[in-house]
Amino acid sequence: MDYSQFLALKQEIGLLIVFLLVFLYDTFASPKGTKAVPMIACALMAVVTAWGFCPVVKLTESAFSGMYFTSPTIVAIKNILNVGVLIVLIQSIKWANSEFTAIRRGEFYELILLTLLGMYLMISSRHFLMFIIGLETASLPLCALVAFDKHRYESHEAAIKYVLTAVFSSAILLMGLSFVYGLAGTLYYQGIAAALYGNMGVMLAVALAFVMAGFGFKISLVPFHLWTADVYQGAPTSVTSYLSVISKGSAAFAFLVVLTQVFGAVYEVAWEWMLYALIILTITIGNLFAMRQHNMKRFLAFSSISQAGYIMLAIIGDNAMGVSALMFYTLVYIFSNLAAFGVIGAIENATGKLDMSDYNGLYKTNPRLAVTMMLAMFSLAGIPPFAGFFSKFFVFTSTLNGTGSTALYVLVLIALINTIISLYYYLLVVKAMFINDSETPIATFRSACSERLGMWICVAGIIGLGIVSYFYDYLLTVVA
Amino acid sequence: MDITLIWYLVPALVMFCCGVYGFLTRRNMIAMLISLELMLNAVDINFVVFNRYLFPSSMEGWMFTLFGIAIAAAETALAIAIIINLFRVSKNIDVRDATKMKN
Repeated sequence: MDYSQFLALKQEIGLLIVFLLVFLYDTFASPKGTKAVPMIACALMAVVTAWGFCPVVKLTESAFSGMYFTSPTIVAIKNILNVGVLIVLIQSIKWANSEFTAIRRGEFYELILLTLLGMYLMISSRHFLMFIIGLETASLPLCALVAFDKHRYESHEAAIKYVLTAVFSSAILLMGLSFVYGLAGTLYYQGIAAALYGNMGVMLAVALAFVMAGFGFKISLVPFHLWTADVYQGAPTSVTSYLSVISKGSAAFAFLVVLTQVFGAVYEVAWEWMLYALIILTITIGNLFAMRQHNMKRFLAFSSISQAGYIMLAIIGDNAMGVSALMFYTLVYIFSNLAAFGVIGAIENATGKLDMSDYNGLYKTNPRLAVTMMLAMFSLAGIPPFAGFFSKFFVFTSTLNGTGSTALYVLVLIALINTIISLYYYLLVVKAMFINDSETPIATFRSACSERLGMWICVAGIIGLGIVSYFYDYLLTVVA
Repeated sequence: MDITLIWYLVPALVMFCCGVYGFLTRRNMIAMLISLELMLNAVDINFVVFNRYLFPSSMEGWMFTLFGIAIAAAETALAIAIIINLFRVSKNIDVRDATKMKN
């Protein structure tokens, strides 16, 4: 056995070491010493994030007879996820040290690191056995995380909904994979693609539909989105922010890999049209339901459903630009959504309020939080010069660069109209904060140092990614 | 009488459909979990049978089944833990009553 192939797994190994260090420290430290766990986890995560950028080995490499694959693109998406997880961990320090969670705070960090490891495997796998193991490693700890607030009933309700849908979607995905195995006789992505080439039958269509439904649950595409709102609302805010950006971003990238590498041959006859319908439904229904929400977390849940539709636009083009557009969209989405969740989490930790009407008059009492929230909403809606505008722009361009058929132009037009609709509800939040008056506004408070640090990073990302073109150029050269 | 591929695939498919039907209609969370197990086991049968009849020279399907069983066990353990937690809080595991979050 060639042990040098383990070098290809440098990010996984780094993350595994960090997980073990945090786990051992949490287990053996004195009760007083465990107070340092959040800080240690954040510091080690920062090290892993930096480690991901170090080029130690040649970057395009496959290991374990082709089951594992890494390339500059995959390293880049892992780095993006690392940055997002780092921000989530920083923002959750205050919550992790709060009265009810303090006794179990170590578990929160361990489980988060473990799910990230699963997402790494899911992205890097080139064999469906490895893929399923990564998928389950990513989704099972997340179920436990959703149930983390043991004293709150909503957390349990959300967890049971999440675990049942997660297992249901895995079962559907596995059924699809068993049909694919029956057709191709192998579970390697390359082998399946070769066996399926020019071999479009009923069974393949059924298998493809099952696989897409399974992924649809994970990315919460309409009509597989029904769990999203309840789970996002019931889960602890730190977990919700993790679910909405990291989990979704990694699943979207894995979806892209599976669709292009495994089912690339049947793009025009099969999955282009399935995805086409899913995108229109997802963007439109996500938008329409977001308008009627009053709870901020529920509101962001529906906003994230519609954002998932935009991410899928990068896949439907089926070209190299789509890959870089997807990564850029994920990066921008991480900064914008985490900024919004940072504000929501800070206000929840200080006052326990989550309703949109509670945000009335926020600008007068807490101007900095209000401005951060405004930037996040502008970026999510796609107003220039903030990053959200450019991520949408690149996604639309990559769709049009595809086959160039009229249908794709119609799709982009529908997405554009939906962008305008989404402006309405994003600006509702801004209006509540800046224009509406309130008799009992949220009192002026100073959020914790960690929360402010997280929000500063997000704001820097929202503005920086919008103004500096370097990042997108970098992603484009990485993919090419 | 020869037992061919189809004799295994049809029961597996029936099992899967029963699982889906049970998941969508049963209202007790444990019963929903049993339905999920049915679906996962149907998948395992599919993998084993495809491997045995169509590709007997390799063992990929059998290996996948082994991992699939382990994954199903892990999922069940987690789901039952969460159901027990929910029962402690609300003394009830009927999904019709787990709707406190609708606004």
